[in-house]
Amino acid sequence: MSMLMLQLQYFTIVKENFEMKDKKAWFKKGIKDGIPIALGYFAISFSLGIAAKNTGLTAIQAMLMSLTNLTATGEFVALGLISSGATYLEMAVTQLVINLRYCLMSCSLSQKVDPKAPYFHRFLLSAGVTDEIFGISSNVEGKLSPFYSYGAMCVAVPAWTFGTFLGVTAGNIMPARVLSALSIALFGMFIAIIVPPAKDDKVLAGVIIISMLSATLFYYLPVVSKISSGFRIIILTVVIAGIAAVLFPTESEEAEHEI
Amino acid sequence: MKFNIYLYIIIMASVTYLIRMLPLTLIRKEIKSKKIRSFLYYVPYVTLSVMTFPAILSSTESVWSALAGFIIAIIIAYRGGSLVKVSMGSCMAVFLLELFI
Repeated sequence: MSMLMLQLQYFTIVKENFEMKDKKAWFKKGIKDGIPIALGYFAISFSLGIAAKNTGLTAIQAMLMSLTNLTATGEFVALGLISSGATYLEMAVTQLVINLRYCLMSCSLSQKVDPKAPYFHRFLLSAGVTDEIFGISSNVEGKLSPFYSYGAMCVAVPAWTFGTFLGVTAGNIMPARVLSALSIALFGMFIAIIVPPAKDDKVLAGVIIISMLSATLFYYLPVVSKISSGFRIIILTVVIAGIAAVLFPTESEEAEHEI
Repeated sequence: MKFNIYLYIIIMASVTYLIRMLPLTLIRKEIKSKKIRSFLYYVPYVTLSVMTFPAILSSTESVWSALAGFIIAIIIAYRGGSLVKVSMGSCMAVFLLELFI
């Protein structure tokens, strides 16, 4: 009887040891795949820091914003809202609409996470659902070990935060030409996200072109141009995406595109 | 400034975290509604498009350099360039063109 107990204990230890190694391996792999993300984040968050400084944020405020939000698009738009003196409600609704895409990513990740991983991991994983970390996380073969995402977050999040800090503090030692050039970086990133999937999808290409034309109309037409930029984005997104969803519902497979 | 920046940050961080956290923790079954899936599929593209154009044109010191950066970004993205490549490519285009303006 005691023999059996001993054996059972032995097996438990071996199993735990194995899982521990597994976690470490996933974590290391995450760090490795997170390095290119960190490099990209650094460049983009630097120009975000410059924009934050222009909006009147201190380095600490900008760092705090980057650390707690981890979303270039959301933070970029937030700066615009802050400088225009938007209400708190406008801020909340705009972030909700702009970041709705994370909802889809989280839905997809909820199916991907290793069901054996304890439930609390889902709360930690949530903090790191960005376009890029989601991209590599859902690219993993089989089920996702949360430690893989943690590895990527460990290099990407500090790069994002520190880049923002440097943008605020060292942005003004950069020549005006470099500043002007870096100011377009975030828009470049948006284009990098929307163009590739539209290549083989005429409907999506049409939706993108119509969106840009509508935004231009809204920007220049006399009455509607008075609507604040935040609600302009909300209205256009809900209307255009809504119409597109009714007229051209995507195939279930297509809707799983990694964005 | 009329409003408190820390309060802005707390609000945006909370909303953003909830968006990411709720589906991951609550939804364990696949979303079946084709309409909702389609809507969510289009949302990021429409939002990003609406935010990019025409705002991109006033992001740099000259409309022409911005237009060049915009076109270069589309070309690199179309050819399958990574996020960083596209982003830096458009920056380079702006920088080079502004040397001559």
